Amino acid sequence: MYIFDIQIFSVLTILQKEIIAYLSSLVAYVTIGVFLLVLGLFLWVFPDTSVLDYGYADLGSLFNTTPYLFMFLIPAITMRSLAEEKKEGTFELLATSPITDWQIVVGKYLACVLLVLLALLPTLVYVYSISELGNPVGNLDVGAVIGSYIGLFLLGGTFVAIGIFASSITKNQIIAFTIAVFMCFFMFSGFDSLSGLLSFQNSEIQNFGINEHYQAISRGVLDTRDLVYFLSISGLFLLLTKTVLGGRKW
Amino acid sequence: MSIQVQNLSKTYGTQKAVDTISFSAEPGKVLGFLGPNGAGKSTTMKILTCFIPQTSGRALVCGFDTVKEALQVRRQIGYLPESNALYQDLYVKEALAFVASVHEINQPEKRIAEVIEQTGLGPEQKKKIGQLSKGYKQRVGLAQAILHNPQVLILDEPTSGLDPNQLIGIRNLIKELGQNKTVILSTHIMQEVEAVCDQVVIINKGKIVADQTLPNLYQQFPKQTLEQIFIKLTN
Repeated sequence: MYIFDIQIFSVLTILQKEIIAYLSSLVAYVTIGVFLLVLGLFLWVFPDTSVLDYGYADLGSLFNTTPYLFMFLIPAITMRSLAEEKKEGTFELLATSPITDWQIVVGKYLACVLLVLLALLPTLVYVYSISELGNPVGNLDVGAVIGSYIGLFLLGGTFVAIGIFASSITKNQIIAFTIAVFMCFFMFSGFDSLSGLLSFQNSEIQNFGINEHYQAISRGVLDTRDLVYFLSISGLFLLLTKTVLGGRKW
Repeated sequence: MSIQVQNLSKTYGTQKAVDTISFSAEPGKVLGFLGPNGAGKSTTMKILTCFIPQTSGRALVCGFDTVKEALQVRRQIGYLPESNALYQDLYVKEALAFVASVHEINQPEKRIAEVIEQTGLGPEQKKKIGQLSKGYKQRVGLAQAILHNPQVLILDEPTSGLDPNQLIGIRNLIKELGQNKTVILSTHIMQEVEAVCDQVVIINKGKIVADQTLPNLYQQFPKQTLEQIFIKLTN
């Protein structure tokens, strides 16, 4: 079966291998575990962001904190995806198999997205808890919660694409991690900060940033422009990754 | 001919790694690809396996062009790179299952069991690759290369780092495979060439300096060992 001229079976083969490799090493368990622990601390323990101290059964803390935690969690997951293959030489094995660079990139991308979903799943417990804490019980803006989760998923997908690109340009995982953190941060809130500069005022430059679109979706309004934005940025970074991998042929 | 290389060149910047080489290899024979370090052996192998393209010239594997028909070429070849890169976190069977899946092999379990038997991986098959000795890792690399029963095998120093017992086992396996496949074998061990190869191509500074059968080479350089011939041609 082909989608956009990419044979799906080979993509699934790469995806399966990646998931096995992640679950065979400690990377996935440690990063997802730390992510959930830190998120739990922000949501229930640290007084500035704690729901219990805030007094309202609101998930704002969860959805405002998670993008910043994703900036570290996702690069930690993606940093090995191509950098390790290049360092260990296994990329040569992949590239001389009957699979295309696109299949490699998409397979690795989907595997990391799946891990991000795996990290997000346990946070549904927080949604349930806060729903139970509401007065009356269940007093929660379900539309906004669903919108925020869709926003987080799209944000995660975009960060994964950025992380995989960073992993493709170096053999060193630490460098890949650092570049990915910086790029995720800049793409998320860099344009917002730039829009505050005098020369960029009224230029609507913040529309290039992820935060603007994430906030829009989090309000529970699914606008096609936001969806197109997230898909375009992910597609752009995957295309850049494929171009970097193809660089050996230049 | 399974492999036909015609006026192949590869340039990195201003340095010519491979300089207008031509040779061919046929099924049922093992071709020894020899040369000093940096002579262009691995570059040629990388071109034949479609990892990198040539700068000029042409290479055909089973009639398929390595640039224009790269995917068809990759289906015909089994490749053991010089570094024998393996997924250290995977179990032996997981790694083989991955390769089987990439090549869309029918009845993968059966074929994996056959190859494990053929490469002598049986006692270590339930271990993670990272836990294996160098010799067994080399066998995993070889098992991955032959799993899809390719018509052409390209082996870049397959016996480096093996102990004498393992050497003999792998050499016998290569010889056995060479009976009905085209095998290109790169090595620095001259006894290995004498034991396994039918044809020898010697490359030096990117150019081919010898392309003959072993008996013809000995005839051309009487009373000299292969090592002496190699040194003479590459110095």
